[in-house]
Amino acid sequence: MTTFRETAKLRVNPIMCEAHGLCAELLPELIRLDDWGYPIIDVDGVPPELLGLARRAVDACPTLALLLDED
Amino acid sequence: MSFTEDRLSPPRALPRILQGLDSSPGPMDMLRHERVHGPLPRLSPERLIDVVERSGLRGRGGADFPTAVKLRAVASRRHMSALVVNGSETEPASLKDHLLLARLPHLVLDGALLAARAVGAGEIIVKVDQNAVDPVEALEQAISERDSVEMPISLAVGPDGYVTGEETAVIQFLNGHPAKPRFVPPRPFDRGYRNRPTLIQNPETLAQLALVARHGDTWYRELGTSVDPGSVLVTISGAVAHPGVYELAFGTPMLDLLQAAGGGTEPLQALLVGGYFGTWMPARATPHLHLSREELNSAGCSLGAGVIIALGQSSCGLHESARIVDYLAGQSTGQCGPCVHGLAAIAGAFGALADGVAHGREQDRLLRWCSDVRGRGACHHPNGVVRFVESALEVFGPELATHGAGPCRSRPAGLPLGPQVGWHST
Repeated sequence: MTTFRETAKLRVNPIMCEAHGLCAELLPELIRLDDWGYPIIDVDGVPPELLGLARRAVDACPTLALLLDED
Repeated sequence: MSFTEDRLSPPRALPRILQGLDSSPGPMDMLRHERVHGPLPRLSPERLIDVVERSGLRGRGGADFPTAVKLRAVASRRHMSALVVNGSETEPASLKDHLLLARLPHLVLDGALLAARAVGAGEIIVKVDQNAVDPVEALEQAISERDSVEMPISLAVGPDGYVTGEETAVIQFLNGHPAKPRFVPPRPFDRGYRNRPTLIQNPETLAQLALVARHGDTWYRELGTSVDPGSVLVTISGAVAHPGVYELAFGTPMLDLLQAAGGGTEPLQALLVGGYFGTWMPARATPHLHLSREELNSAGCSLGAGVIIALGQSSCGLHESARIVDYLAGQSTGQCGPCVHGLAAIAGAFGALADGVAHGREQDRLLRWCSDVRGRGACHHPNGVVRFVESALEVFGPELATHGAGPCRSRPAGLPLGPQVGWHST
């Protein structure tokens, strides 16, 4: 029995981020916002079933601050 | 063959780094430096890195990273650019690197030359803060006294500011950008000065390295403990009779350090260990504390860049901590939202609590903000502030109830918020 490996990791470049908040809108499963609208990623590993949504959130970020590191 | 066989007759005990430092002002010149320490040995890169590895020397800028591991990692890179001496000592309560650069610049430059040779760097750049007038003058003189043919040495004078000494901020500054941290990776040892691999070292680390190269690892380990070998420079300030920079063996009891600094000017209530990113330790813990990286780490704190601040009983830990948090929040470079907004909110809440004007759930909000902000800056500034706040709440939190009853009538401790000049050494 194999388990799914979460090989993709989400991270934010905090210098680029301007708190548009689209990421939390598009990927609330993994991203929440702090009191000032900046994203918090509590667990950076992306489960395989959320990979597509994660890629969409990355593409939607207006400042290219959301990054997905895929091996 | 043991390295110790060809060592010079070494000094047996302390001072080591501060050997030859006297009360005369100004830097030790090259002639006197060589009389005190002897000539600089020529070691192959492998041999130098090996002896540094056996010595157990770790970085003295606060990160405690094994120096040999760093040297070896960079030595394997091609197209090294420079060795950067990070003389930006922006921690207000630390003065040891400024002392070294202002008074013993040749020992630091010796270490820089050895490290630069070992990793194949083509030049040495010494970065210092513009407020550091004495180090700048001393380095200009020292550089003019050295052979610049083999290894050019230059001085880069940068702006003040708590975060400007962060290593990616140093690289940004050297590359012509504002002295602010950048998003990592890449780390400077991958892409640094001129986008080439760059080795950044703290001045004390290099001074220690210059002694290890001269006297060997066995000599180095004659002081300190097996886990924390050697000596360390500590800047002690606050409620002690003789604040300043002291060189002590690792493992020395904290009480001996306090005694070396002339003892408390009043009964102490706490020590701040590790500077403004550090941890408060209640005075009742002091008799059991040693200057030991291992021991302090297991107690949840770190010696940082060797900073100890003594807080007397007549001062208020909450009030002093609130001043420091406010200062640190103001030192955010303004790049990352969680740091800008989060630290401002944290400082506001902490100040309201310390002033006794906080409303019901302020402490809960403060703790939530601390946990939200941690790890969310490009650099470690927010993490350091959060660590300090949590430690202040742990040690002084029980006093919050009495603060609610009225204004704090404590005596200001006068802890420095900003660049310091003119402290005395040993």
